[in-house]
Amino acid sequence: MAQQFYVSPEQVMKDRADFARKGIARGKSVVVVSFLGGIALVAENPSPTLHKIGEIYDRIAFAAVGKYNEFESLRQAGVRYADVRGYSYDRADVTARGLASVYAQSLGTVFTAEQKPFEVELAVAEVGERQGEDHIFRLNFDGSIADESGFLAMGGKADLVQAALEKRWRAGASLGQALRWAVAALESPRLDAAPGGAARSEVPDQAAALAAATLEVAVLDRNVSRVRGSHRAFRRLNAATVATQLAAD
Amino acid sequence: MDAHNRTEFPALEGGGSSSSFLDHVTRSNPGLLPFGRALPAGTMPATPHGTTIVALSFEGGVLMAGDRRATMGSMIANRHLEKVFPADAYSVLGIAGTAGIAIDMVRLFQVELEHYEKIEGTLLSLEGKANRLGAMVRANLPMAMQGLSVVPLFAGIETAGPVTTGRLFSYDVTGGRYEELEHHSVGSGSVFARGALKKLWRPGLTAEQALEVAVEALYDASDDDSATGGPDLVRRLWPVVYVVTHDGAARVGDDALAGVVETIVTRRSVERREA
Repeated sequence: MAQQFYVSPEQVMKDRADFARKGIARGKSVVVVSFLGGIALVAENPSPTLHKIGEIYDRIAFAAVGKYNEFESLRQAGVRYADVRGYSYDRADVTARGLASVYAQSLGTVFTAEQKPFEVELAVAEVGERQGEDHIFRLNFDGSIADESGFLAMGGKADLVQAALEKRWRAGASLGQALRWAVAALESPRLDAAPGGAARSEVPDQAAALAAATLEVAVLDRNVSRVRGSHRAFRRLNAATVATQLAAD
Repeated sequence: MDAHNRTEFPALEGGGSSSSFLDHVTRSNPGLLPFGRALPAGTMPATPHGTTIVALSFEGGVLMAGDRRATMGSMIANRHLEKVFPADAYSVLGIAGTAGIAIDMVRLFQVELEHYEKIEGTLLSLEGKANRLGAMVRANLPMAMQGLSVVPLFAGIETAGPVTTGRLFSYDVTGGRYEELEHHSVGSGSVFARGALKKLWRPGLTAEQALEVAVEALYDASDDDSATGGPDLVRRLWPVVYVVTHDGAARVGDDALAGVVETIVTRRSVERREA
């Protein structure tokens, strides 16, 4: 039997974290932005079928970056959790906080106990009655959880995207405005990499390289029960609607 | 691996897992199901029973209506009961039989359809929905043999096909599923309602005419069946009616129903005949 060398726990955790971070950094970014009429989830994703954004429950949505098979199994587990909970208690008793905390437990367990950690980062968003009551949770590969206020970016070069959102985001924006912020933020890593990028990124709205067709966009409608008479707030926007919203003033 | 099983949140379940909520709950927590337990021996005390549901197709859609009464033996257990429900955006179901189990079965069916839609990203086909409901009715067969039967009526439109005509499905207690043409009714007053439907239904009805036909059929059922509630003019209680068209399933408002009921009652009062 081969001799096992001693590796300190710090080193093991660091190696696992580096491995997961590398996997996540390879993918494109996803942005979650709260606006006046709800929460917009925007991903750079040319595939119309392999979604990075999904519906979990009435007022709760899910967004993810990283390995598709891993976050898809987490999304399905989340839908199962929410449906079982809503069926056994009541629809009102399914909350993003509860869901985020089981995700955190699940990710944390995999990070320490499995062969390899999940190479994913998740966002769980719940739209409230008012913008101040929106909840956006960020979940990391190691099970750490953060409550973000107003907006969130994750994926490759997430710090750049997050910084770009930080500069722009204000409460009370329209959907079109929120989408323009999201697109400008998603483009910031590319502009940064381009020659002379730092200067050009100061004029973000000119950078219209990201076409509506390459975006996956969904919203959680704040007033869904009043407007559409349904309890499900999640709605995907098709490319034409996204293009109209991006163009509108 | 045991750690995951303990948390009931199977991170690695992924491959081969089902899109069916019913399958998932049957596997993980069968006690949650309305029919998930064996009944002990003994006689069942009286329980509320829901009564008559009618459904009919019309030009471009389908309509379902149910009276509001639940009976327990010869007693009226409830006069506000709602027995017609939207199953999802494009289908509705009505239930007759043991109210306690039936209402939970409706909730289960609603979650089943929504669950599939969320997991798969597409709506189930109308036949697929009808089959899932059949599976639930069949799962309830042991309870039905103890007298706790549930007999649903399912109606909806197929959204994927080129034409959108309404389709109706009836069930027996063994889960047998039968497509019905034109119109159908279930429950204790169904015999009388069906007689009325046969005379009143005709091809090419509009949604408004279909509403009149459904309300009148329920009126006739309540006339001859003591377990079916007629429109209650004192309490202003009308049947629960859902209309499914290409725009989705929508409940008919109380104002529209009040108008229809008053027309029928006035006409029959003027005629002063036996029927």
